This record gives sequence, C-alpha cells and structure tokens, in this order.
Amino acid sequence: MRLGSGAFAASCVAIEVIGVAIFIRGFFPAPVRSSARPEHDAETPAPEPVAGVRSNWTKLPPPLFSKVVIVLIDALRDDFVFGSKGVKYMPYTTYLVEKGASHSFVAEAKPPTVTMPRIKALMTGSLPGFVDVIRNLNSPVLLEDNVLRQAKAAGKRIIFYGDETWVKLFPKHFVEYDGTTSFFVSDYIEVDKNVTRHLDKVLKRGDWDVLILHYLGLDHIGHISGPNSPLIGHKLSEMDSVLMKIHTSLLSKDRETLLPSLLVLCGDHGMSETGSHGASSTEEVSTPLLLISSAFERKPGDIRHPKHVQQTDLAATLAIGLGLPIPKDSVGSLLFPVIEGKPMREQLRFLHLNTLQLSKLLQENVPSYEKDPGFEQFKMAEKLHGNWVKLHLEENHSDILLGLGTKVLRHYLGALKTLSLSLSTQVAQYDMYSMAVGTLIVLEVLALFLLSTPHVLCRKAELDVPLLSPVFSLLFYLVFLVLSAIHVLVCTSSESSCYLCSLSWLAVGAVMLLVSALFCAILSALIRMVIDSTLLKKNAADASSGWSEVNLLLLLGTVGHVLSLGASSFVEEEHQTWYFLINTLCLALSQETCRSYFLGDECEPQRHSHVEQQCVNLLACPLQDSTSYNTPESGTAGKRVSLLEAQGSCKWWTVLASPWLVLLCCRLLRSLNQTGVQGAHRPDFSHWLTSSDHKVQLSGLAALSLVVIFMLVQRRCSLVSKVALALGLLGVFCYRAAIGIVQFPWQSDNKGISKGIIEARFVYVFVLGILFTGTKDLLKAQVIATDFKTKTVGLWEMHSGLVLLAALLLRPHNLPVLAFSLLIQTVMTKFIWKPLRHDAAEITVMHYWFGQAFFYFQGNSNNIATIDISAGFVGLDTYMEVPATFLTVFGTYVGPVLWASHLVYFLSSEGNNSALSRSCFCYALICSVPVATYIVLVTSLRYHLFIWSVFSPKLLYEGMHLLITAAICAVFTATNQTRHRRA
Amino acid sequence: MKDTDIKRLLYTNLLCVFSIFLSIFIPSFFVDNFSVLEAHLTWLCICSASVTTVNLLSYLVVKPNVSSKRSSLSHKVTRALKCCVFFLMSCFLLHIIFVLYGAPLIELVLETFLFAVVLSTFTTVPCLCLLGPNLKAWLRVFSRNGVTSIWENSLQITTISSFTGAWLGAFPIPLDWERPWQVWPISCTLGATFGYVAGLVISPLWIYWNRKQLTYKNN
Ligand SMILES: [Zn+2]
Ligand SMILES: [Zn+2]
Repeated sequence: MRLGSGAFAASCVAIEVIGVAIFIRGFFPAPVRSSARPEHDAETPAPEPVAGVRSNWTKLPPPLFSKVVIVLIDALRDDFVFGSKGVKYMPYTTYLVEKGASHSFVAEAKPPTVTMPRIKALMTGSLPGFVDVIRNLNSPVLLEDNVLRQAKAAGKRIIFYGDETWVKLFPKHFVEYDGTTSFFVSDYIEVDKNVTRHLDKVLKRGDWDVLILHYLGLDHIGHISGPNSPLIGHKLSEMDSVLMKIHTSLLSKDRETLLPSLLVLCGDHGMSETGSHGASSTEEVSTPLLLISSAFERKPGDIRHPKHVQQTDLAATLAIGLGLPIPKDSVGSLLFPVIEGKPMREQLRFLHLNTLQLSKLLQENVPSYEKDPGFEQFKMAEKLHGNWVKLHLEENHSDILLGLGTKVLRHYLGALKTLSLSLSTQVAQYDMYSMAVGTLIVLEVLALFLLSTPHVLCRKAELDVPLLSPVFSLLFYLVFLVLSAIHVLVCTSSESSCYLCSLSWLAVGAVMLLVSALFCAILSALIRMVIDSTLLKKNAADASSGWSEVNLLLLLGTVGHVLSLGASSFVEEEHQTWYFLINTLCLALSQETCRSYFLGDECEPQRHSHVEQQCVNLLACPLQDSTSYNTPESGTAGKRVSLLEAQGSCKWWTVLASPWLVLLCCRLLRSLNQTGVQGAHRPDFSHWLTSSDHKVQLSGLAALSLVVIFMLVQRRCSLVSKVALALGLLGVFCYRAAIGIVQFPWQSDNKGISKGIIEARFVYVFVLGILFTGTKDLLKAQVIATDFKTKTVGLWEMHSGLVLLAALLLRPHNLPVLAFSLLIQTVMTKFIWKPLRHDAAEITVMHYWFGQAFFYFQGNSNNIATIDISAGFVGLDTYMEVPATFLTVFGTYVGPVLWASHLVYFLSSEGNNSALSRSCFCYALICSVPVATYIVLVTSLRYHLFIWSVFSPKLLYEGMHLLITAAICAVFTATNQTRHRRA
Repeated sequence: MKDTDIKRLLYTNLLCVFSIFLSIFIPSFFVDNFSVLEAHLTWLCICSASVTTVNLLSYLVVKPNVSSKRSSLSHKVTRALKCCVFFLMSCFLLHIIFVLYGAPLIELVLETFLFAVVLSTFTTVPCLCLLGPNLKAWLRVFSRNGVTSIWENSLQITTISSFTGAWLGAFPIPLDWERPWQVWPISCTLGATFGYVAGLVISPLWIYWNRKQLTYKNN
C-alpha cells in the first residue's frame, strides 16, 4: 500500500490521539461522585437504625445553631492565628482559642491551593478532580450538591460580602450580596473596607441565617510583600477587631433566642514563604479553622496544639449544624467536638447520617466496596446502634446504655475516618493498565515516525506501508493473541477499577488490533531501514558539511525543549523557553544574513548540491532536515544568486534588519502579557490597558491593530474577500464597543452595555463567507487545473478567514499579538525565507517555534486558569456546548493554528510537489515528539509533589495540542491531495 | 605551524585564566567580606579590567598578528580610538540583545550593562587585539573555514564558548531552587566566565590534537 508522507503523518497523528486519549483517561481517575443528581432530591432522610422495633425518629434532626457566620480570610495561614503572630496581633482570637467556648483545628487544604477550588471544597466537601476543572470550565456555576444549595432549599436566608468568586459560583443563592473583585492585587485596604462597611447594619438587622464574609486583603499583602511584611500585622489586627465585633454582637443576640449561633473563622489556603500559593508545601496547605459558639464548653487552660483535620470536613459539620442533609459528594467527616455536648442519642444519629452518606458514596464509586474496612466497620456500628436504640426505647439501665453508646460511638468514629480516607485516596489512584496501553500506542507511533524520517526526507514523499504481507500477518495474529491474553489476565486479576476493562470487547479488540498492526509496521520499517543502510553505506561521506548553525539550533532547541519538560519549573515557565529559543533563532538568522551578504557566502559549502549524499547522513540522524525544496539543479547556483535576486527585489539593508525587527516585535509582545507562575503577578501592559481608566488608549490600540491586520492581510486577497474582510474587522470593533470594552470616539462613556450578539454574528457571516470563497477557489484549482495562482489565493483566503475569526475571539488588548504575528510572517517570508532559501523542513520547524511562542504571547500558560473561556460566548446568547468548546479551543490556540495555516499557504505558493508533503510529516513529527516524551515523563513523575498542580494541566494542554495538530495535518493532506491529482 | 607557536598560545591563554583567578582572590585581601556573589558588580569590574590588561599586554609582547606594515603615530592613535569605539559599541549592542532576550528594561540597568561589558571583554577585546577594528576580518574568522592562524582559531573557540556559556547560564534562572546565584545576571556572568576559561584551556589542546589536519591558507 502506497501512502503520501502527508497522509501517512496525518493517520499516525490520528492514531496517536487515540493513544493519548486512553492514557489521559487512565491518568485522570474519574472523580468521586454521587450518581444521584442534585436536582432530584426531596428523598427522605435515612431513619435511625433499629433492631426490631420501630423508631419514632425518622425526620432529620433539628439544627444545632440558629445563625452561622463564616469569616473566610483569604490566605490565612495556621501560624497567623495559632503562632506567635496570632498572640501578638490577634489578642481577642487568641483569648477565644485558649479560654473561650471554641474548638480550634488546623484544616488541611488539598492542592491546588487556589481560591476557587478551595471554596468548592469548603462548601461541597468534595475534592475537585482535574476532570472537573475541565468539565466546569464552561460554566463557573457550582453544579454539585453543596451546603449553600441545601440551605437555600431549606429556606434559609444567606448574605454574602467579599470575593466575587462566590457570586459566580453561587449566582442565585444569596438574598443580598456585594462582590469585590480580586483583580487588583495591589489593593489591600479597599477590598476589605468594602466587606466591613456592611457589617454593622447586617449584624443589627439579624434577618438572616447564614452570613459569609470573604476578606481578600491578607492574600493581596502576601502577594505584594510576603508573609513577614509589617503589613500582615496590621491586617491581622484589623481582622481581630472584625471578629470581636461579630462575636460580641452574636453573644448579645444569643440571649434573646433559644438556639445559640456559630461563628466560623477559616482560611481557604495558606501562604508560602514567598507569599504565593497554589502548590502543596506545608505553609500553603495549613489553614486555621476556629469554631466559636456559646454552645461549646469553655476550656480551662490553653491548648497549644490544635488537631489536624481536613478542609472538606467543614461541609458536613455545617450541614449538621444547620440541620440540613449532608452534601452528597462530600468526603469529609463531621468534626466530632461540635456535637460532643449533645445527648448520646443525637450524637449517634448525627454520626450515623454522616457515615451512611460516606458509605453510599463508596458504594457508587468503588466496585469492591464490601471489602473496604471502613464499610465493614460501618455495618458493625450500624448493627450495634440498632441494639442501642432498642435498649434506649425500652428504657433500659443508663449505665449499660452509656457503655454501649460509647462503644458504638468509637466504631462510628473509626468507620468515618477510614471511609473518608479511602474516598480521598480514591481520587489519587492511577489506572496503570490504561496508561500503559496508551503509552504503548504513542511510543509505537513515534518509533514509526522516527524510522520513516530518513526515507521521507531524502527520497520521495511517498512511503510503502507493507501491512498486508503474509509473514507479517502471521506475526500480527500472534501479537494480537498475546495482547488479548494479557488483557484477560489483567482484567480478571486486578481489584481496582480500570477503564479498558470496563470497555466493551469490541472496542478493546480494536485497540489491540491497532497495537499489533503498529508493531508489525515498525518491524517492517526496521527491516527496510537495514536494507537501505547496507545499500547506502558506500556513499557515507563528509558528515557535518550539511549542518548550518540554524539547522543545529533547530535540532538542539527541539531536543532541549523536550528535555526541559521534566522539570516542574520549566513547565511552569515554558514561555521563557520558547521566547529564549525564538530569540536565539532570530540571532542565528541575523548571523546568516550578515554572512551571506558580506561574504557572498563563498565559505558556505554548496548545501543543496549533494542531496543524495546528505541523505546518508540523514539515516544517522533522523531530525536533520537538509532536503531543500528547490531542486538540485537550481541549487547549484548557490546562495550568491539568491542574494543578488534579493537585492533586485528588496533593499539589502531590509534583509539585514528584518531579524532585528522580529526581535523587537517579540520583546514588545513579551511585555504585553506576563504569564507563567513567577511573573504572573508582575505588572504588565495588558493590565494597564484593561483597567477602566485607560479605555481610550485600549480603543486606540485595538483600532490601530485592526487597521494593521487589514493592511497586511488584504494584499493577496481577491476583491470580494477584501471587502468582506474590511467589513468583518469593522464588525469586530463594533462588537467590542457593544459589550463596552472599547468605545467609539463619538460615544459617551456610560452607554448601555449589550451582549453584542448581532455584531458578533455579523462577523461570523463574513468569516464563513471568506472561508467559503477560499474553499471555492481551492476546488476550482483542483478541477480546472489552472495556474498556481487560484490555489494560492484560495489558501490565503482561508488564512485570512481564520485571522478574522481570531480577531473576533481575542480580547482587544490581545489584538496587537495578532497584528504582530502577521507582521512577522510577512517580514520573514519576504526577507528571510525567500532570499535565503531555507528548505521545507527548516521552515516548518521555524513556524512551529513561532506558533508556540505566540501561544504564550497571547497570555496563555500551562495553567488551566489562563484559558479565556469568554471566547466561547462570543455571539451566543445561551451556552451551547459544541460551538462554545470549538470557539474556546480556537481562541486558546490561535497562535499555533495561524502559523500552521501560514505554513500551508507559504509552501503551496512556492510551488513544489513534495515540499508540502514533507512539511506535513515534519510538523507531525515535531508535535508528537514532546507529547510522547511527556507521557513517559509524567508516568515516571506520578508521585511528584507537583503532579496535580503543574504536570497534569500541562498533560491536558499537550493532549489538546496533539488533537489540533491532527486537524492541521488533515488539512495539509487535503490541500496536498489536490496537488497530487493535478500533477 | 610549529609546536612553539602552540606553546606560546598555551602560555598566553593560561595567563588569561590566571588573571581571572587573581580577580577572584586578590580583592579579598583589600576588601572585607569580598565574595564573587555578594560583591558581584565590583568583581565584574575587576575581572573585566584584569582580563583587558592581560590581553593588551600579551598583544604588545607576543604580537601574534604579523602586521609588518609600519604605520605612523597618528594612524596608531586613530586605530586605538577606533578600538575604544568598537568596544563601547559592542557593549551597547550586547546590552540591547540582553534586553531583547527579556532582561528588564529599567530595573537592574547597571547589572545588565556590566554583564554586557564583561561579555564583550571576553569576546570583543581579544578580537580587537588580534584583528583590529576590521569588521570584514571578524566575519571571516567567524564563518566556516575562514581561519588563517592558530591565534584566530583559538579566538574563534574562546568567543564561541564564552557566548555559549552565557547562553547556557540563563537556563537556571526560571528554576525554583532559590539560590543566590540564580538572580539575573549572576548565573549568566558566571556561565560566560566558565565558558571563557574553558575556551582558553581547550583551544590550545584542541589545536595540538588536530595539528595534522589543520592547514591554514597562510602557512
Ligand atoms: Zn485565596
Ligand atoms: Zn492569592
């Protein structure tokens, strides 16, 4: 079977996508979830267990507290309250901790120690898995069962003041709220004043049941000046006085009501020694949790060592305290000291409810739940509990009752602890079998790629894929049988749940067929390579002559980047790697232009004259890319001619200056968006632009960028698409003006803000129109077989359609990124790639590098939080999953996609048969090498401290990038197909 | 090419290495608590000065470039002035390149500039000593097969290794080890210094090793 190398690459990447998908499914375990959706509740609460007689207590127990006030101080570390700082700056709180009616704990937050997941953990009691992060990307509303939802359903009135995140998570839950934005990290006074100013009024009114206050100032101080700054002390004193105010007010109210109230002081996460958070160091995960209520007993002396509990325990405790059902997905266990003072029957009842909820969750998530020690303990405790209730109802002896009761209590507490632990660890279990199969597929594809590289790059852009040869078919069946046997063995022996085992036999069979087919293909490629190398051994001559500095840099840079993915810091700061690489690339290009201009390139060996000989070197080194797209005959003329040509078409100094221009553009873009972890909080140009004071400047810049985009794109378009492009870009500006981000000069400042649906759809029409014209031109070129021109114009129109879509989706402050990307493409094409005659492989790698750098220039990072989900809502009035996902993905990967589409256009316009096909192969290769290496790295680093905070998001990004690469390769092949038929 | 030439090259290079070592150890006798990391800027100045001196001295004593052409005093003065201008130009050019690579534009200007000075001491000063202010000769030396003597060969090796050292020196900056030497531009200056020293040591050895294969147009 003969395949073009483009088609070969596209199918290989498609298979690789399957492999990565299987790997990711095994790597990210499905989160612990209750199957019952929160919508259908109203189920009756579990009755008290009884042995024989009927219980007279089937309703939920009454609430323990009438009012609950939650004071959440962002980034409150445990030693700020319990340590020396607490003693010094928080005297009232220290008094409450040591002598007051309170219970103090150190609550451990699970990474990622970032505000939103932590609020979720506090309110739902569940541990958000990474799959959740993806699932909830589209709607910030918390869909899972949580305490606030239950409280609202029970008719409680909730008031909230503080961080806006809460309002986004719980949009309809509060009867009154005032969200402060956490956007300006430099402000640490106003954010807290905005919360405290409501306090007096609300405390006096008392017409609420739950009051939540989220103070952001401390976190901001931490980000500005670290945990040892003197500002921290002031802030803690301020918080202490707030707490005192609330507590005294609650105490005075307590006298009037029957039930006492509860005051909760907690932090969402801690603060590292540098003042940041997000990872899993002890300072970041330890937060204080202080429960204050007159219902608790006063303590005689000071307790200096608070007990360690989980942050997720608060949800269950609050639910019990307010007399609500415990959230279904909660994995926390009730904080026992809170109910310690109640009668034995109530205590047992509460513990039973909590244990029952946990064991239900376990039943739904673990197939072999009956073997779990926690579950066994629970069954035991439930039985004893039943006996106890029976005894209690029969008015038995109080001594025996007490003795038995304590025993039941102990059993329940043990069961709670074990269940909670096994549910939390359930999240962190890897499905090694699926991971191994996924890795196997990816590595096989990579091996196939590497083995066919020399063949594709030197000979012709076609490959023999000998799948049908009889020898291999025997081997094929053999491998298939072995794999199936292994599969049966693994699936029957393993206890834990496994994704592949839960698949149907047909799907598993298909995967196994794929694996064995790939295996045979690799073997055949190996044999072919051995034959090739014996044939070509004689020709093996001068090895290093084909290496220019740029070639060396491209190879070393690619290898270096792949290796850097093993270090968490390099993953966090990957943008630095790419900026560094493209800078070096520009300097190398500058050196090349200098040398070929000043020295007339006489020292340069004739790179393009000995293509055949260089192919021999290629066998030794798969990544070297020396085959030019200009044929050997024209190549012998050397670079001197090309430079003379260049001088004819453009001034020599433009050639010399162009790498420096590109460098300057890159430096400007770099200061537009700060990204990564270390630099994310540094001030940058985009923050300045997006602040509301600089709307005029933002409008000006956006308009200028749109004009530049139009100027750069329109030159190669046909007249129709020129007009469409102009109208479309105008529509982009109108859209941004309609949603109130930019303004027209004649517009007044306070104009009504709409969603801009009409404007956005207006632009979509033009995008589709331009894409349609482009496709039409392409098809015409294929059918009529006219000159290249129609086809080139068609491809450029496709490119400009994508540019228009990108202009619509990118936020206005990112429009310069788009303009600069087009500028760099134009400059590089005109002054570097054409005059210097780089070959297809070099150009492909350069396009890939620039695409990656532009991915980060637009403000992306390897952190999920930087994805701009607002792109998914452009022009849609309701949330629609498919278009929203497509738009978000396109908006995120604008850089790589636009550079790839430019690559297709550029190589087609050069008009060489095999260049496009080779380039497609190179592109697929260079994209799949990092993915394959990264999968192996992640597997070996799966117990690394930063696996969830750093490596997992990057894995998702890599997976998505591979999917996009597959799409790009498919387009490559499609364009190439027309060429083949024509030629 | 004779072995004596290589020997002379070796001794000059070792002298340069020695001057760098001196710049590390001598100041601690005069200044209290001197260390390369803490008083980094001072060290940069001292190191740059000592390397420049040694290069000039070795140029005057050894005179590797056989420019037999007698020249007048005024010619020599303009030549020296031109050299100074070239040196300053290279400092500014390197500074600009560092900023393009992402060095902060306003903060740490002095640090960045001193790094540029040190790097051009390691690269431009030897070039000026050997080739004079002649851009074409520079380009020739740094392109493939353009070397005409072992001195130029050594120059090529040390310059490339200094630049590579500085380039590699930027790698540890993003790592989160929080060491004092990860601060900009300390790791880069250290990298450049190591690269320069390595180049000085390696180049005579490499030339000695390959003396059979090396054929220069002049010899
Ligand atoms: Zn926070
Ligand atoms: Zn923060």
